[in-house]
Amino acid sequence: MKKDRRQFLKVASLSFLGVAGSAALGPVCQAAAPGEGSFTTAKNALHAKKWGMVIDTRKFAENPELYNAVTTACHSYHNVPTIVENGMPSKREVKWIWTDGYHQTFTDQVDNYPSHEIEQRRYLMLCNHCENPACVRVCPTKATFRRKDGIVVMDYHRCIGCRYCMAGCPFGARSFNFMDPRDHIAQVNPTFPTRMRGVVEKCTFCSELLAVGKMPLCVEASDGAIAFGDLTDPESSVRKLLAENFTLRRKPTLGTEPSVYYIL
Amino acid sequence: MIEKVLKGSPPFYIWLLSLGALVGLGATVYLFQLFLGLQVTGLSRDVSWGFYIAQFTYMVGVAASAVMLVLPTYFHHYKKFKKMIILGEFMAIGAVIVCMLFIVADMGQPQRVMNVILHPTPNSVMFWDMMVLSGYLVLNLLIGWVTLEAERHQVDPPKWIKPVIYLSIFWAFSIHTVTAFLYAGLPGRHYWLTAILAARFLASAFCSGPAILLLLCLLLRRLTGFDAGKEAIQTLTKIIAYAMGINIFFYLLEVFTAFYSGIPGHQHPFGALFGGGHGHPLWVTTWMWAAVVMAIVSFLLIAFPSTRDNNSILPFTLIMLVIASWIDKGLGMLIAGFTPNPFEGITVYAPSFAELTISLGIYAVGALVVSLLWKIALDVKKEAGTF
Amino acid sequence: MYNAKYIWPGIVIFIVLFSMPFWMNTGQEQYTRPQLALPAGEKECVEPAEWMRANHMQLLNTWRDMALREEQRVYVSSSGKQWEVSLQNTCMKCHSNYVEFCDKCHVSNSVSPYCWDCHVLPKGNQ
Repeated sequence: MKKDRRQFLKVASLSFLGVAGSAALGPVCQAAAPGEGSFTTAKNALHAKKWGMVIDTRKFAENPELYNAVTTACHSYHNVPTIVENGMPSKREVKWIWTDGYHQTFTDQVDNYPSHEIEQRRYLMLCNHCENPACVRVCPTKATFRRKDGIVVMDYHRCIGCRYCMAGCPFGARSFNFMDPRDHIAQVNPTFPTRMRGVVEKCTFCSELLAVGKMPLCVEASDGAIAFGDLTDPESSVRKLLAENFTLRRKPTLGTEPSVYYIL
Repeated sequence: MIEKVLKGSPPFYIWLLSLGALVGLGATVYLFQLFLGLQVTGLSRDVSWGFYIAQFTYMVGVAASAVMLVLPTYFHHYKKFKKMIILGEFMAIGAVIVCMLFIVADMGQPQRVMNVILHPTPNSVMFWDMMVLSGYLVLNLLIGWVTLEAERHQVDPPKWIKPVIYLSIFWAFSIHTVTAFLYAGLPGRHYWLTAILAARFLASAFCSGPAILLLLCLLLRRLTGFDAGKEAIQTLTKIIAYAMGINIFFYLLEVFTAFYSGIPGHQHPFGALFGGGHGHPLWVTTWMWAAVVMAIVSFLLIAFPSTRDNNSILPFTLIMLVIASWIDKGLGMLIAGFTPNPFEGITVYAPSFAELTISLGIYAVGALVVSLLWKIALDVKKEAGTF
Repeated sequence: MYNAKYIWPGIVIFIVLFSMPFWMNTGQEQYTRPQLALPAGEKECVEPAEWMRANHMQLLNTWRDMALREEQRVYVSSSGKQWEVSLQNTCMKCHSNYVEFCDKCHVSNSVSPYCWDCHVLPKGNQ
């Protein structure tokens, strides 16, 4: 059942066959027993060496309705609760992707006289899926980890709710479930789980959709304003955009190597 | 030796019962937290650690501070501490238990705490913190019990305990260093991102821990007549004086680096603590200035022999010192780490009633443990004639 | 023996309390295997029903780790058929009657897994 056990059985059965070829060992190399099935990925799954995102903030500024379209697409599909206090977003809110002002997003860009237009824009923020993620480094249970394709994900089953990752993340990308999120979800999407009280959650770069050949929901909802692709492939959409445009990343000097880029 | 707790005076049992009541109160409120989640605290998305973790940090220091008695006794054969050393070791046990309870109280999924062992993660400082704290608890239980047993039989402690004691000396430094590393390695938290944090933690621990121990010893003298010895007390106050001096010095080093370099990120947390945010003082600002005043006054009083050796002034000096170091580490440390938040904004945090009640319950557990252990220690001393 | 008048009653009380589950249940009716609501129309589970009955928890644990941690979201069963690795979208699609399927056995065996604190039950189960 377990991966290593399966591998052990494979190796064991082959070596035993080679040495003895005995009839008694026959059953080991027969068709898999119940529960000894194997795992694979879907044929249409999308793969990359390192997923990355380029957000064209100009297109969002031109079409401000996109902000809401993008965040709603993500939050409603992923059952992200909307926690409100006195009509305002609660200080215990949960968010995977959201917008804020220029100075809140790019805290390192302390230009005294920024372009008025750029200062007025709203900017999308989400988990940066860092190459060198502090949250992964500090997690005491490997509940948050970096996948081979660069996506930083959460295993909510394992999270002990210590919130060390929230202290570690310099981007404020993580939310903690201070209360049962189900009381704050208007319409539950039955194809995706909710989370429970006491665990941390964040953006997953829609890894569950990439596995079935779909692009992330924010990318789909952005009308071309967000590009998503392999940062290691010079021919990918993201690399082409990066080659043609001046881009910024949030807090690059901290060395976490964010995978989300912004065209200003 | 455990049977010693069964024979005590009525006031002792009233004291235990009152502590038990506080524990019960804390446990009841904790049940609410368990079922409602951490929404009963004042914590938020931006200030995700608060009072619990701050108390944990402070009490790791108190636990480590037992080394200020152990080290002179065993490395320098300073005999005068022999009489009170067991009190320090037993206080460390209580402090470690308090630390562990604060960690559990802070967790969103406490029933999964064993995941830290089931999925050991050496790259996480929290994993190491759990290891060193558990180890320190075992070491102090072992050392305390074995040496007290020897004292009871009026023989020398067994030889094998010596290396264990030496190990515990290094271990004590490690627990507070690792606790500082919890904070000091996080990118983007400028108040914590400082090489001197572990040293600062140790300095603060080595003045505040012995100060608490000494205050309790002075109380013990009035209640039970147990006298730690004049010279032992004077030596300990000198240790406290040096540690407090170093503690203040280290803090000023932080202030220098932040303000002489002029780097905004390093200045902002100090600005928030001592000046407030967006032109308004935060509630913690008053506390921080009070801490500054108390730190300076208590240091001056404990630095000069005339006031240091004055038995009627000393308790007040120590109380001020403990409060000042507690505000620095038990309030300011955590708040400034999260202020400003990652978006350069200010999210105000204040512990909630539930948080404070649960914390009180946890401290009561610590007091209960220390009371029981000290009762055993003092009764053994009475029997052995080393009271 | 020292304090025998305290120790013996203490031991007796301890034994009585410790063995409580046994004598509390004597005379109760025998355990009967609960009747489960099986999915209508669907004949094949990811693994044979007998095996699933005994091992579904281990299978789910492995599924969880493979999907979430190993990025392997397709299960090839021992019969060679492929399934999406998903409690909500594969298991619960057929076994949509939570009360009469999952709960029935869990309740009579006094286990309370918290899968559904996060995983959403199919419609009509709330």
